[in-house]
Amino acid sequence: MKLNLLLALAGLAGAAFAAPQTFDFKDPKGVNNAVFKLDAPLEAITGSANGISGAVTFDPENPAATKGRIVVASATLMVPNPLQKQHLHSADWLDVAKFPEIVFESKELQNVKTEGTATTAEVAGTFTLKGVSKDLTVPIKMTYLKDKLGARVPNLKGDLLVIRAQFSIKRSDFGINPRAPQDKVSDTIDLTLSIAGASPR
Amino acid sequence: MKRCFRIAALVLAVTVAGFWLAAGAHRGWTKTSVPVKTVDEVTGLEGLEYRKQFVPGLDFLGAALLGAGILAGASLLFRNQPTTETKP
Repeated sequence: MKLNLLLALAGLAGAAFAAPQTFDFKDPKGVNNAVFKLDAPLEAITGSANGISGAVTFDPENPAATKGRIVVASATLMVPNPLQKQHLHSADWLDVAKFPEIVFESKELQNVKTEGTATTAEVAGTFTLKGVSKDLTVPIKMTYLKDKLGARVPNLKGDLLVIRAQFSIKRSDFGINPRAPQDKVSDTIDLTLSIAGASPR
Repeated sequence: MKRCFRIAALVLAVTVAGFWLAAGAHRGWTKTSVPVKTVDEVTGLEGLEYRKQFVPGLDFLGAALLGAGILAGASLLFRNQPTTETKP
């Protein structure tokens, strides 16, 4: 009887360790960011957004089962030129008033390779921008930082999950100012995502 | 008056060109903030922070030179003042 109880407890403990964790990507430090770049004749248009939120479920024992949803608040997109920022937020470009969120929702991970705390994979998911949803496959790198939450947010215990991704989308695929000639502003938008999520205990 | 317009055009062009050069001769668009890279010590993530700073670009220089050109052009609307001749 005692042995059965001990085995059951051990099983529960094991399950607790192996259980998937949910990481919250709302970053109080404001470090999480998405950088975008479009080529243009005078100067490349480069900006960033730091209004990141969303959640990712990650199991260190089974990274292939990772699932999640990352949201970028489109109103937080920033470029150093105020007129360009006004254009970027306008109805012709991103229409941030009507479409306040840019979303990537993962469906599955492919080609998953784990080495130590780092996992590389290709995430197949749906990218939604300006009300248009497209299926994309994005190469990502995830780094699991066990017990590192306290180093970032004092008095909190837990883990961190760092996700880095770099991919490109086409402006024309998402109806982003189709009237702007491609020799003036490139059709390709390069995106870089650098985010960290927290899973407190 | 003609002379005043021409001097104003010259002063505008020289001042703005000097300011543009002194501010780093930025050959892109004018910026009112500049991105500064930050690195999070724990995660190693690189982020961008924007610091308020005016950086005049080619559009700023071009607008000022256009203004100077308009001033210089406007000076042509004024006639030369007749010179008074003194007879012996």
